[in-house]
Amino acid sequence: MAVSVMTGSRSVATAVKLAKPEVIAAYPVTPQTEIVEDIATFIKNKELNAKFIKVDSEHSAMSALIGASSAGARTFTATASQGLMYMAEVVHWAAHARLPIVMAVATRALASPWSILNDHTDFLVQHSSGWIQIMCENNQEALDTTLQAFKIAEKREVMLPVMVGLDGFILTHTSMPVDVPDPDLIDSFLGKRMAPFALDPDNPLTFGNVVDDKYFMEMRYKMFESMQNAKRVIKEVSEAYAKLTGRSYGLVECYQCDDAEHVIVTMGAASGDAKVAASMLRKEGIKAGVLRLRVIRPFPKEDIVEALANRKTVSIVERDLSAGIGNILAHEIKSALYDAGAKVFVKSFIAGLGGRDILPEDFVNAVKSAASGKKGDEWIRLNLG
Amino acid sequence: MLLRDVKFEEKWLPGNAACPGCGLSLGLRLLTKAIEKPVVVIPASCASVVQGAWPKSSASFPLLNIAMAGAGAAASGIANAYEMLGKEGTVVAWAGDGGTADIGLQALSGAAERGENIIFVMYDNEAYMNTGIQRSSSTPHGAWTTTTPEGKREFKKDVAAIMLVHNLEYVATASVSYPVDFIEKLKKAEAHKGTKFIQLYSPCPPGWRLDASKTIEVGKLAVETGAWILYEYENGKLTISPISSRFREKKARRPLIDYLSLQGRFAGISQQDIAKLEAEIDRKWEFLSKFE
Amino acid sequence: MADVNEEVYVIPEIDTKGLEKEFPLSKPGFGAGGKTNEWRLLRPVINYEKCIKCLICWIDCPEATITRGKDNSVAINYDYCKGCGVCANECPTKAIEMVKED
Repeated sequence: MAVSVMTGSRSVATAVKLAKPEVIAAYPVTPQTEIVEDIATFIKNKELNAKFIKVDSEHSAMSALIGASSAGARTFTATASQGLMYMAEVVHWAAHARLPIVMAVATRALASPWSILNDHTDFLVQHSSGWIQIMCENNQEALDTTLQAFKIAEKREVMLPVMVGLDGFILTHTSMPVDVPDPDLIDSFLGKRMAPFALDPDNPLTFGNVVDDKYFMEMRYKMFESMQNAKRVIKEVSEAYAKLTGRSYGLVECYQCDDAEHVIVTMGAASGDAKVAASMLRKEGIKAGVLRLRVIRPFPKEDIVEALANRKTVSIVERDLSAGIGNILAHEIKSALYDAGAKVFVKSFIAGLGGRDILPEDFVNAVKSAASGKKGDEWIRLNLG
Repeated sequence: MLLRDVKFEEKWLPGNAACPGCGLSLGLRLLTKAIEKPVVVIPASCASVVQGAWPKSSASFPLLNIAMAGAGAAASGIANAYEMLGKEGTVVAWAGDGGTADIGLQALSGAAERGENIIFVMYDNEAYMNTGIQRSSSTPHGAWTTTTPEGKREFKKDVAAIMLVHNLEYVATASVSYPVDFIEKLKKAEAHKGTKFIQLYSPCPPGWRLDASKTIEVGKLAVETGAWILYEYENGKLTISPISSRFREKKARRPLIDYLSLQGRFAGISQQDIAKLEAEIDRKWEFLSKFE
Repeated sequence: MADVNEEVYVIPEIDTKGLEKEFPLSKPGFGAGGKTNEWRLLRPVINYEKCIKCLICWIDCPEATITRGKDNSVAINYDYCKGCGVCANECPTKAIEMVKED
């Protein structure tokens, strides 16, 4: 192992180098570009032996990987924002075809108007695509999660693609110390992909022809089951990875939760600020903690209920928007708590759209607002003046 | 190659879901007679449906279905994976005119520019047949479709010419009405490097309002009237195929009306539109002669 | 007369270990589009006295329902023939007649 200072983009590219996919296909889009530039350099320098198909669009990137993955290859792509939207048709296709593709998403706001800055709407609107979705807090986690993603995706009981989210610019373009595992260690962890089926002239199967109404729903049920299996597999893979590297991650992370009466729920890079806010609140005598959502799909309902059900308040701060209802995940969290019969007061905060800052003081104010019992969603740092 | 040299084996199996007399079904069958180990990609089109329904398929060759715009890209992915994994097979994208000339053109052009080792076959039935006979950019002038009830006002997009200027080693036009010619062109394509493109004339009896028994006959008339020109563009040189070269001279061609009158889609065509189609045929021959 | 040459159909046995119940995979087989002989209104009947074994009907059949024997004799697979009539239309000796189904 060796600690290097690197950007989130370099962390992801380094993980890809260690995972040795045979085929990569990508189209440049800010702020994902440095990931694919780094991969191109690794290939040029013979640090990675892979085919990098420099496609004409994101739709082609995912279509190419559907082809390559169906042929039995380990595959990777990265995209963001408009690119992910343009790719969407085949994003869903890849999951329904049960192909273990790994994709990094450098999160970014969606136009119009143009913004290259961060929010999570692009990532979260894919929550019904059938992909496993994991959101990282820092560059170390981006590297570790990308490596684990291949292992999770390729497990026979999962066989679903994995989307690794990292905040555009905030992580992709910011340097942090990252511990890079030894390549031999990762070879033993990942091994080669063993595809249970592949395009093969000696075993000529047809992939994805028409399925009539007599069986389509059963295939979706099997996919749903595999997504449920993924909850266990993600934990198992994390444990196996921890044995090699000392770092483990759950479906969620609970920070200073033990005695917390007020819990902030958030995800991605802003979780660090939320943790600072929890400590600030504790200095004021308010027992605060943070629940960081790491795995978004499969939705870790049980872990969330366990972490939140018996608190006084829950403040959900998300950098995404579903116009007409509000935050995207807040409603899933509320639904999980409702199913569990929890009586906790939950308040939702819309924040950080299009690169708007979310600072520790914003989380502090959010918790105080929730603690005051004030009902209704709030927008953080909204300035209509 | 003689007809008797075409192999006996059938890998496109009977009982598929194609309409009687389907040109594309014959095309796929001929593909399996030309290519030993085809690995086929099919984007949304009639070819998606004619395979039949899960858990069976009429294809006795590896076949990947993909979204409509994705044929060129998915084929690229397979070709790259096969190379990396050391697997043997000839990757063929088999797309309709919509999946080639319209929604699939970008991915095809991208694959061609990158020189992906694939054969791309555009089976051209000159409209969106799978969705119920809507016009495509490959529908000829004057033809009725459900979205051109007045007859199409625009002219057919020349996709083979677009691929020709991609500077590919091999571009050809073919027709299901000339099976041996098509098989030979596929074999030639397979021997070339990079992306190879074949535009295959594939009659559609329901879409063309054509009697199902006339599939081969109408394709021959297309060639004999000069409306469909068989040629190859190989290593920078264009050659009119011997079958078509007999119709180079206008006076050697049959009257266009012989071709049009067989098809209900041209039933209401005006004399002016026929004249425009005839002028378009002359223009096309003139255009191709520049590359010879 | 000639019999359908079943040997021409290449259908390998593939053990998918039940994968097709979970993943969208299909195996090659006859009749993936159904019993297509039920679509047939007219039935092609070969007059072998007129047949010159030119193989044109065989190569032009969109369905692979005309099989080719080792001696180049042709036979119609009536289990799946849709009765399109291409064979009869193309036969140079008019050896194939389209006969109304009962």
